[in-house]
Amino acid sequence: MTQVSMTVNGQAVSGDVEGRTLLSSFLREHLSLTGTHVGCDTAQCGACVVHVNGEAVKSCNMLALEADGADVGTIEGQAAEDGTLNVIQQAFQDHHGLQCGFCTPGMVMSAAALLKENPRPTEGEVRKYLEGNLCRCTGYHNIVKAIMAASGQDVSNIAAE
Amino acid sequence: MPKDSGIGASSKRREDVRFLTGAGNYTDDINVHGQAYVHFLRSDIAHGRIKSIDTSAAETMPGVVKVFTGKDFEGVGGMPCGWEVTDRHGAPMQEPPHPILAQGKVRHVGDPIAAVVADSLEQARDAAEAIELDIEELPAVLDMKAAAQEGATLVHDDLKNNICYDWHLGEADNDKVNEVFANAAHVTTLDLVNNRLVANPMEPRVAVAEYSRGTDEYTLYTTSQNPHVIRLLMCAFVLGLPEHKVRVVAPDVGGGFGTKIFHYAEEAFCTFAAKACNRAVKWTSSRSEAFISDAHGRDHVSRIELALDADNNFIGLRTDTYANMGAYLSTFSSSVPTWLHGTLMAGNYKTPVIQVNVKAMFTNTVPVDAYRGAGRPEATYQLERVVDKAARELGVDPIALRRQNFITQFPYDTPVALTYDTGNYDGTMDKLEAAADLAGFAARRAQSEANGKLRGLGINCYIEACGIAPSNIVGMLGARAGLYDAATVRVNATGSISVMVGAHSHGQGHETAFPQVVADMIGIDESMVEIVHGDTSKIPFGMGTYGSRSLAVCGSAMVKATEKVIDKAKKIAAHLLEASEADIELKDGQFSVAGTDKSVAWGDVTLTAYVPHNFPLEVEPGLEETAFYDPANFTFPSGAYACEVEVDPETGQVSIEAFTAADDFGNIINPMIVDGQVHGGIGQGIGQALLENCAYDENGQLLSASYMDYAMPRADDVPFYSVDHSSQTPCTHNPLGVKGCGEAGAIGSPPAVINAVLDALNSGGKSIDHIDMPVSPSRVWAAMNG
Ligand code: FES
Ligand code: FES
Repeated sequence: MTQVSMTVNGQAVSGDVEGRTLLSSFLREHLSLTGTHVGCDTAQCGACVVHVNGEAVKSCNMLALEADGADVGTIEGQAAEDGTLNVIQQAFQDHHGLQCGFCTPGMVMSAAALLKENPRPTEGEVRKYLEGNLCRCTGYHNIVKAIMAASGQDVSNIAAE
Repeated sequence: MPKDSGIGASSKRREDVRFLTGAGNYTDDINVHGQAYVHFLRSDIAHGRIKSIDTSAAETMPGVVKVFTGKDFEGVGGMPCGWEVTDRHGAPMQEPPHPILAQGKVRHVGDPIAAVVADSLEQARDAAEAIELDIEELPAVLDMKAAAQEGATLVHDDLKNNICYDWHLGEADNDKVNEVFANAAHVTTLDLVNNRLVANPMEPRVAVAEYSRGTDEYTLYTTSQNPHVIRLLMCAFVLGLPEHKVRVVAPDVGGGFGTKIFHYAEEAFCTFAAKACNRAVKWTSSRSEAFISDAHGRDHVSRIELALDADNNFIGLRTDTYANMGAYLSTFSSSVPTWLHGTLMAGNYKTPVIQVNVKAMFTNTVPVDAYRGAGRPEATYQLERVVDKAARELGVDPIALRRQNFITQFPYDTPVALTYDTGNYDGTMDKLEAAADLAGFAARRAQSEANGKLRGLGINCYIEACGIAPSNIVGMLGARAGLYDAATVRVNATGSISVMVGAHSHGQGHETAFPQVVADMIGIDESMVEIVHGDTSKIPFGMGTYGSRSLAVCGSAMVKATEKVIDKAKKIAAHLLEASEADIELKDGQFSVAGTDKSVAWGDVTLTAYVPHNFPLEVEPGLEETAFYDPANFTFPSGAYACEVEVDPETGQVSIEAFTAADDFGNIINPMIVDGQVHGGIGQGIGQALLENCAYDENGQLLSASYMDYAMPRADDVPFYSVDHSSQTPCTHNPLGVKGCGEAGAIGSPPAVINAVLDALNSGGKSIDHIDMPVSPSRVWAAMNG
């Protein structure tokens, strides 16, 4: 067991982990931050995406020890203190960008990283960027629409709902 | 003007708030203090005889609580099949045992042989590696046609052959069918494969079970679309437990698409082990495990023949299908190629003579069961592909050929056992032609050609039978369950309402849509109504969510229970208003006396129900009603879809340029949610047509066993979809006039995509009749250059 310390959603946390403990397990099991989901074991689905030092990272593909000292952001830290949804979360609700909700934390975290580097992405850019995020429910239509709306673009003309 | 609340409003989903903030409660988020972890040792060969299993080394490994093998389960039942199909000779299907852990033989890669319960998952895994197996490998039975031959290796030694059943529906007299085909002016024949798929909800399956010696009670948390069905099957058929001592909870469920309907061995195992170990046990499927243990979908090999007269009227249809059951019968597997498939072969057409033949085969593969659409996509794919091929052979417009043969009079009795109550296929096709701008296709094709691409347009119609029922009929057809549903409407003293329902959302937004109905009926704000679901200790016995049934069946029960509540509330209001009950009207949450200005508010009546000081003596206090609803018939959603593709002739790459759906779902409660269901279904259908394939090698090893090899549709593989559901013929036999929308997209889209690809290829001057799904670039390239 090795001690690992990091900042998660602005709070300093630490815990004893095995060398093989994944960041996703550390968040889910040690910190009970179960909003980060695990949908695969080959780093393909993106349900586990979190921010590590501001970058979108698949937390199933990183050891907890590798995140030692890092600033980690998870879905639990996205809304305001009083619970108000952030712009991306609100757009997902407004445009029905989620159904079962399982892919949603990863989608929201990826979308935030995308909009940070590209504040007004085209449809094609959104679709390309989401290459690492699988959703089985929505057919992606409303996810892409929600992300474009969150970037301030008018989505009212996107193919009939 | 779109409504802003109640029936017909696109109310935003209330469940989204927890899902968007990481506060969802999925089964894997549940941890019971002191729980142990399960790891299943699964067969890595497709077929073999177990000679010995030595667990002694594993039992002494650190952290191991107990190691289980098939022997531990000799005294309990196996996994049951919920539908007994009767074959063409009147005999019951062959129904082999399906043990929780393998006994005697392993029959597919992934078949569980042993299970280790340990303090940690890592310890359980390490110990499983120390189990010594001696398994004699047997030839794997994989090809369905070969499996049906006399003398084929048997998957189940105690069965007479590998044929689960040989079934037929429709015209039984072969001579009569032969005569129709002999007299036809034209016959179109098509051989096709409906590719095996893996449902792949993004949440893998999980089971957490606990047992209390003090009360002899069990709780099973599981990823299920139907917790009451799981409890009934597990208690009555597998473990022999009294239902009242077992609570099954399915909390937030991360997608299902059918694959979470079934009762799985892992659920029964965890429940059994919780008592045997006197400790809570948890199993979380990895994705790799899901590929070899979740029931797969589709996997039909068919020949379909369509007979037309000289005027291009459909006069006969015959299909012969081999349907893969896999190694064991999963819960509803037997019903999929029969009553959910054969019955749909009339489609939207008035073909007078139809014969459906199905052989269901055991093979050394993962069990196959319902996946979004379940039998109906397989039927639609055959029918709509052969109709398109006929149009090409005859040189007629595929839309005109379809329109000419549409059923136009309702109710309509098909030759394959269904009675369509309502529909308007021409009207829906009109909507499609407008929404998809089919008039502009030629110009779009010219544009694509100018860019060096081939462009194709594919049309597809579908009919669906949803809300399966009525129970007495399905019972006659072999169902071992009823197919009603139930709802309890509990009005609280202050007027808010909890509705306990048997349906269980796994993404469909019941928590939002169901309250829209109840609130609308009473005239109160939607936020006053909440839905309780997914917990057998809280809800009445209901059958869950699948087959696009939730609103049509459970929603009808909810309407009936709400009507009972309103009737009783009117009695109380009449007493308070000193008026006759017959004169009481309820509108906007106010009870009033017709023709007067006397009224009393909903909240005052509900409070009176619980504080019955001034109360009619003949009425019981309280305000809570339950209703069960058994539908009188299926509902019949239908639609017409158009897909436009571009094919790159250099590479064979297909891209979906446009996809338009025109559906008739009857009345609609929440259009936003309905659109989302159609989008998701289309996404899965495009996945089947272009990308997804579950492939086994000749030894029965699953080649596509992870997301590296099983191509899931990604955001970049699909376009924005255009969805029109303004064609509405309300269902005639349920109170809301709703038909169900959950599976339509997955049923209607694969043939549209393939028809479009073939249209594109044929526009390039080639004559290509057929190409199997998924239409990978290599298949397209081979077809073009073959
Ligand atoms: S769980 Fe991390 S990518 Fe799938
Ligand atoms: S909303 Fe269910 S997987 Fe995306």
